[in-house]
Amino acid sequence: MGFKSFCLKKSLWLFHFAGASCNNCDIEILDVLTPRYDVERFGMQLIGSPRHADVILVSGSINKRVVPRLQEVYNQASKPVFVVAFGACGCTGGIFAEGYSFGGPVDRIVPVDAYIPGCPPKPEAIISGVTKLVKSI
Amino acid sequence: MGEQLFYFFIYPGLLFAGIVGGLLTWFDRKITAQVQFRKGPPVLQPFYDFFKLLLVKETILPARGAKLTFLLMPVLSLFAATISAVFVLLPLLGIDTGFEGDVIVVFYMLVIPSLTYILGALASGNPLAGIGASREIKLMISYELAFLLIFAAIILKADMSVSLSTILQAQAEGGAFIGSLSGILLFIAAIFCLQGKLGLVPFDLAEAETEISEGAFIEYSGTAYAMIKLTKYILLVVLPVLLVAFFMGGFSFEGINILWSVLKVLAVILLLTLIRNTNPRVKIKQAMRFYFIGVNITVILAIVLIYLGL
Repeated sequence: MGFKSFCLKKSLWLFHFAGASCNNCDIEILDVLTPRYDVERFGMQLIGSPRHADVILVSGSINKRVVPRLQEVYNQASKPVFVVAFGACGCTGGIFAEGYSFGGPVDRIVPVDAYIPGCPPKPEAIISGVTKLVKSI
Repeated sequence: MGEQLFYFFIYPGLLFAGIVGGLLTWFDRKITAQVQFRKGPPVLQPFYDFFKLLLVKETILPARGAKLTFLLMPVLSLFAATISAVFVLLPLLGIDTGFEGDVIVVFYMLVIPSLTYILGALASGNPLAGIGASREIKLMISYELAFLLIFAAIILKADMSVSLSTILQAQAEGGAFIGSLSGILLFIAAIFCLQGKLGLVPFDLAEAETEISEGAFIEYSGTAYAMIKLTKYILLVVLPVLLVAFFMGGFSFEGINILWSVLKVLAVILLLTLIRNTNPRVKIKQAMRFYFIGVNITVILAIVLIYLGL
């Protein structure tokens, strides 16, 4: 394991991209920053600009209007960047998969490195998914 | 020449100030975590962040913007922060340079990082960065006058001496400046100026993550952002240490006094962190009013008190 990938593993900055989300996943993402779960132990931080992002968390159903925006955010992020499909809607489309406005799922638009299923995923599931992502780097 | 280069790059310049600044940044983040009942990041976290940005991440240039200015500004800010670190730390560490007027040079060097953030943000051509830059300009207009007045008051207190080592001597003879009424007023004002200069929470409008997504730094990535991070680490050493020099009589390196010197710096940073964690972000109007009316009047009152000999 090289020094570079070690540093990358130790400091993953998360950019939160909410598609047409019902806001439930977004609240669960904030949950893992609370005292009980505290992902800052692993050096993870929520940051505001895709330019600084190492991980893009895509939550919510991806409808046709969100598709170009997701592509744009992915292109604007400085590489290497990892994409995590978050929640049932992000992974497969969930209950919206057959809707008329559905444009996803996420892995049809941008390459996805990890999936975290659940509606919404529990904080434990989020930490487990992110640890798997860290191990795969 | 060799000696100067050693001062600039190794001790007490870039390398030393960078490492100490990283550790102090960790201290700041750890205290923040403790205030929020969290466990907080590991000790080397700021260094992981820095090396990740420096070595791993790609540097993106803005498509519509002044690319050269955009890339030059982080370098300039790093230089200015390092020079101010050298000028502040040399007299404190007991290395006499015989340079009169370093206090004034330090003041000018400490203005440059904020200026370069503004120029870099405007060069990026991003509208959110433009908003961040305009807020940073307004913030600078508000706190720089108060900061200059604090410098003037300290110079006045030290019998019109503009050299940091003479200021330290005056305190060694007549007691630390914070022991007097005017000293306490100046210290309170200086803490708020530092809050603005370091961009900590009540006055972090220029890089508000939630409203304008990091504002002035929105377009920076990779190596350029690593330099800005390093500048911030170094400023987190320089400004608290400057406060320790101005108000608490500097450092001494005999036996148990080493611990006491370190504790002084940590106490200043603890104060800054606690203010940052117990306050919400203010609007730019409120920040300007706070500095123009509150802080400036405090400092002017302190100067009057100095003339009265208090």
